[in-house]
Amino acid sequence: MSAIAEDIVRIATVEKTRGYWGTVLRRLTRDPVSVVCAAILLAIALAAIFAPWLGLADPLQGSGIRRLRWIGTPGYPLGTDDLGRDMLARLVYGGRLSLVLGLLPVALAFAIGTTLGVIAGYVGGMVNQAIMRVMDVFYAFPSVLLAVAISGTLGAGIVNSLVSLTVVFVPPITRVAESVTTGVRNLDFVDAARASGAGPMTIMRVHVLGNVLGPIFVYATGLISVCMILAAGLSFLGLGTKPPSPEWGFMLNQLRTAIYVNPWVAALPGVMIFIVSICFNLLSDGVRSAMDVRG
Amino acid sequence: MLRYAFVRLLYVVPVALGVSLVCFALVHLSPGGPLSAVLPPDASAELQAQLTKLYGFDRPYPVQFGLWLLRALHGDLGTSTGNGRAVVEEVFRAVGNTVMLALLAAAIGFVIGLLCGFLAGYFRDSWVDRAVTTFAIAGVSVPHYWLGMVLMIVFSVQLNWLPAVGIWAGAWAWDWEHIRYLILPAVTMSVIPMGIVTRTVRALVGDLLSQEFVMALRAKGLSKARVFLHVAKNAAPTAIAVVGLQFGYLLGGSILIETVFGWPGTGLMLNDAISRRDLPVLQGTILVLAMFFVFLNLVVDVLQAAIDPRIKRG
Repeated sequence: MSAIAEDIVRIATVEKTRGYWGTVLRRLTRDPVSVVCAAILLAIALAAIFAPWLGLADPLQGSGIRRLRWIGTPGYPLGTDDLGRDMLARLVYGGRLSLVLGLLPVALAFAIGTTLGVIAGYVGGMVNQAIMRVMDVFYAFPSVLLAVAISGTLGAGIVNSLVSLTVVFVPPITRVAESVTTGVRNLDFVDAARASGAGPMTIMRVHVLGNVLGPIFVYATGLISVCMILAAGLSFLGLGTKPPSPEWGFMLNQLRTAIYVNPWVAALPGVMIFIVSICFNLLSDGVRSAMDVRG
Repeated sequence: MLRYAFVRLLYVVPVALGVSLVCFALVHLSPGGPLSAVLPPDASAELQAQLTKLYGFDRPYPVQFGLWLLRALHGDLGTSTGNGRAVVEEVFRAVGNTVMLALLAAAIGFVIGLLCGFLAGYFRDSWVDRAVTTFAIAGVSVPHYWLGMVLMIVFSVQLNWLPAVGIWAGAWAWDWEHIRYLILPAVTMSVIPMGIVTRTVRALVGDLLSQEFVMALRAKGLSKARVFLHVAKNAAPTAIAVVGLQFGYLLGGSILIETVFGWPGTGLMLNDAISRRDLPVLQGTILVLAMFFVFLNLVVDVLQAAIDPRIKRG
């Protein structure tokens, strides 16, 4: 008897599924490209976070006699910039601002856009019209132009960059959220919830959100690399950070004048932007295919 | 067809109004208000009040917006606070250079993108597909302003084949002396649409080929070339939408490329206006570029409907 009971228990634990997100994660860890990209991103992020404990040179300490050293100079593995500051240290420290500027706007836009889109899609009617027509207006600007326009008028600064980038990414996310929600709201289980007396807030939060979050999330992850490039681009135009704090886009701009003296050191910050951006893109593709096949 | 175009045109009006409202609001959102660029920092309150009245900034916002819009419709976008010239003239002088750059970049990007995307979609999972996909993902991930710097380092600094920055002196002509200034910025710029067009067309063609009508055409005994034509025709509406949108992005997003290469188009002008806090130029340039984008979208929609009758009903 007890053997059978044990068997039943064993089967029950095996049968216990990991849940949807668990399955996605497991599928993702089986994709070598995604794993490598995630590892690279994690390494860059960890290095940026724990930069002060890595024994690097001071990223702000310049030197008048050690300007623009070549890559591989003893003591300066990646050379020095136009003010004699250690490039390796600046690239590692630069990851702090660059990653925040690349990730935070998409995260904020994801929160705002999903809220607006789900409301517009579920409530429909005038509310939908009001929200979506306002989005249309912002959608009518090319993204770079909108970011530059807002940042340019508000003035340089990290907060202003964050604001302008968030404004750029809210409309596309809202559009996706709205169309996904419109598809879900007429399904039977939503009707069933409504028939059993659930209020609109409960239906949106419990029944709709769980079903639309996946596609919106996939779409938002695809925007991270765009945001990285755009954020660094704003800094490249002098609209992001203020010196001397290192940020990849701004470093690239400062080193532009050095391309005749030490071109490959000047190109380094862009390599970082490129690596991070391509990793986010590949990872997003991985998440997309891991989530596409449901069940 | 005409009816669809007309309805679509009507729909543009509110969007265009909204876009101009955003452009109008930009100036009033700027720290220090619209007068910050013309007033000296130590201006007396009296002078400030006088100028506010003179420019009409003391009136209610809706009135100001209405008057501003009316002037804009008459082709008056104000005068630059930097050099005192009319903004409209400045913008239209610069827009030509940007259009020239964007057209060449679009031609390079679209031709290569469409070709690569079609090949990759047609020969799914072959080595061609893998090579194209890798190339496309690099294309959409590369910070193009950095790519511009790298190309400049290779072709201008190291090889000394092409000029790094700037533009010819005097009038434009289609000879090597002038075109060589255009090559590096255009090639750099073409990478942006190239990656996206490649990816879209690849997915599109792969999708279409797996559909039943293609199998039916093959079973009917059509030659490969004829089947290709059918697939191309079905892919066209989406391809046109992507191409149109990307061309708009090129025009509006040229600021980074133009800054890197010192190309005297709208982007460089925007950059100058921002650093000099020349708000009328900033506002005017953004308005013109955004309106261009709005009407480009309209043209794309109408073109799409002309090719694919299903869209008109949808």
